Amino acid sequence: MLRPSHFAAVVLFALFASVVFGITQRETPRKMVRYGIYCFVLFVGSAILLSWIMFLIAR
Amino acid sequence: MATVPNTNAGTKKNSQQGFVYLPLIAGWLVPGAGHFLLRKWGRGALLAASILAMFVLGIAMQGKLYGGAHDILDLLGLAGDLGNGLLYIVSRTLGLGADPVQVTTADYGTRFIVVAGLLNVIAAVDAHNLRTGRKS
Repeated sequence: MLRPSHFAAVVLFALFASVVFGITQRETPRKMVRYGIYCFVLFVGSAILLSWIMFLIAR
Repeated sequence: MATVPNTNAGTKKNSQQGFVYLPLIAGWLVPGAGHFLLRKWGRGALLAASILAMFVLGIAMQGKLYGGAHDILDLLGLAGDLGNGLLYIVSRTLGLGADPVQVTTADYGTRFIVVAGLLNVIAAVDAHNLRTGRKS
């Protein structure tokens, strides 16, 4: 049974979702790559930010 | 006076021939198949790899495959799982996927499987849009 850490799960989720979003939501390859990277950074960045907020609230 | 042939009209006419919903249905049943039918090899391969990887990782994490709708949340989960098309049917037939969620990673796995189905629906609709000429 595969047991990734929470962060590894977030990164994998963000990677695959960003690839699909990039390809389906933009028309040219260049825009697809840019939008995919944008989505990936937003996914992972928001997870890190929310984690810190929850950590500080729990203290 | 010479007339210039209207190539756009010809292309549009060609794109409207045949069964328009074939890429949509093929893309739903097999991830990336809709794009492969339209000869978008690169896009199809990336979509197939992403959706397959997400589904397989979900199964490997002992994620749950929804089998019936006992309440509204189960119904939503089942709708997401059905988006995987043949992957869902084959996995159910083989008895893959844990039924009760017992560990945290299994819960991640359940979400991975549901989201893989939803992403597959988005990819299939994209193939349909390419087929109808709504997207290039």
